[in-house]
Amino acid sequence: MLSVVSGMMTGVTPTGSTALDPAAPGAVAAPGAPRTLDAYADVTRSDAAFRAFLHGLPGVDQVGAEARAAQLGTRSIKTTAKAWAIDTAISMVDLTTLEGADTPGKVRALAAKARRPDATDPGCPPVAAVCVYGDLAGVATEALAGSGIHTAAVATAFPSGRASRAVKLADVRDAVANGADEIDMVIDRGAFLAGRYLDVFEEVVAVKEACGSAHLKVILETGELRTYDAVRRASWLAMLAGGDFIKTSTGKVSPAATLPVCLVMLEAVRDFRAATGVQIGVKPAGGIKTTKDAVKHLVMINEVVGPDWLSPDWFRFGASSLLNDLLLQRQKLRTGHYSGPDHVSVD
Amino acid sequence: MPERLEVRKTYKLYLGGKFPRSESGRTYEVTDSRGRFVANAAWASRKDARDAVVAARGAFAGWSGATAYNRGQVLYRVAEVMEGRAAQFADEVAAGEGLSATKARAAVDAAIDRWVWYAGWTDKLASVLGGTNPVAGPYFDFSLPEPTGVVAVLAPQRSSLLGLVSVVAPVLATGCTAVVVSSKERPLPAITLGEVLATSDVPGGVVNLLTGDAAEIGPWLAEHADVDGIDLAGSGTTAMELERSAAGTLKRVLRTTAEEPDWTADPGLSRMTPFLETKTVWHPIGL
Repeated sequence: MLSVVSGMMTGVTPTGSTALDPAAPGAVAAPGAPRTLDAYADVTRSDAAFRAFLHGLPGVDQVGAEARAAQLGTRSIKTTAKAWAIDTAISMVDLTTLEGADTPGKVRALAAKARRPDATDPGCPPVAAVCVYGDLAGVATEALAGSGIHTAAVATAFPSGRASRAVKLADVRDAVANGADEIDMVIDRGAFLAGRYLDVFEEVVAVKEACGSAHLKVILETGELRTYDAVRRASWLAMLAGGDFIKTSTGKVSPAATLPVCLVMLEAVRDFRAATGVQIGVKPAGGIKTTKDAVKHLVMINEVVGPDWLSPDWFRFGASSLLNDLLLQRQKLRTGHYSGPDHVSVD
Repeated sequence: MPERLEVRKTYKLYLGGKFPRSESGRTYEVTDSRGRFVANAAWASRKDARDAVVAARGAFAGWSGATAYNRGQVLYRVAEVMEGRAAQFADEVAAGEGLSATKARAAVDAAIDRWVWYAGWTDKLASVLGGTNPVAGPYFDFSLPEPTGVVAVLAPQRSSLLGLVSVVAPVLATGCTAVVVSSKERPLPAITLGEVLATSDVPGGVVNLLTGDAAEIGPWLAEHADVDGIDLAGSGTTAMELERSAAGTLKRVLRTTAEEPDWTADPGLSRMTPFLETKTVWHPIGL
């Protein structure tokens, strides 16, 4: 309890974020406490009320956020800390293939790589999940059986999200029926940018319901939201609607995940937990290609939200080429000499 | 009339088609043959070598995929551009190696001629080293020399220009890309050669020139799993150790001699064949 209170006291950061007091939520729940979103039930009672709430969120200081993200990126992580960071990052990877040309064979190859990323070193941890299109979720689930690796499927007319709600929900149910235990949905950016927040909210709620027991990751597609203020609003919207993870991007739009965007989202999950006691995960996706990028994200988690999020249950990297770079760096640490792309599998 | 301010040159690396300083920020003093200060050169680190290998690997597909004729044209272009800066090369060679102006100019001319010589070889190697093989079966069977990949070149320590060109040009002629560590005491001709390469149609990354200590960077390159061959010309007393390291990843190794060879002599094919792989094709033929 105390830590939460002090967390709220220090909630004022260079980006101007503070812990929130929407409709006088009363007592702050401790982390891990049952979901106490009742206090927020009021804010979604009408379009006007929800807009008033989201626009009442503190604005993000753009220059401050970018400066802080850049500053956190300068930390030097070496030797044993680097080895730990690489293994942790590998265990957080959602190994992704989202191409029109995906085949069952390619998904099985990816699943084999997910189980044992470095064929030359059994000590290398497996990744967190394999992320595919919904129709291939069955192939992935079968190939990953018994490994503890999750099957994530993108749904809701990924990546554009331009389909009717009935189609989107059918898409989700189909992916779940195929064995996906994590669903990556995209929000309707058109509705969000037009200010129809409640529509977006209700859609996420409906998708969450369609997911059943599957975890829901909500893709904000920050590259299309333009401002950090909008990222913060979309993050709160997704968290209030019941998303288990908030995810930056589809990977199909540039810019995808950037450090400042991830910073804003991490602050949102931190403030959300302080206000409601509910912990939400974060998944940057797209554009994270090097070990250095991954380590910068880990440093930022530790500094912004603390070690509670330093686990694959609460933080993921959506990536495909990142894994090979992590493996090359891992081999360099293990053997003492530089490795090369001939020594990792080609996806 | 105010006195004109001197425009001093910053001596940098040539890496991936650009001229960066060393990532380490280090420099070292270069002196002429009599010990007088000449310049502060960038002192490349192992991480510069790592970046250079990435650049060379990136450039390999394009360079090895270019037609042999095109590679010959590009190497000839290097000779053309060098000719225009011959006076600068001659000054640097004279200062660094302590040669007379005449001898320095002769070394520069020989270096330019060496580019022309290797330019001529690019589209003849396949004919000389490859060919059809008589086989007992219904196959058309032929062998072709192909570039091995990224080659690390430890340039000669004494002959700063002719020696350098004599080890870099053959690597390029075969279609390999190169990471070159210059002479430590005499790096200036290498830096100027980088400027020549940057302006003569050689794609960025095909040649990467690092000024610094081969004894420091050499072991990293010899062990590097993404380097396919290494020329030990300037490795000095570390040669044996580097050969041993290179064996760990089955590199092609061009060994060196205790004394630097006479670089003016006709090199033949001796510096090209070590960095070529032979591909043999068995093509079925009808009866």
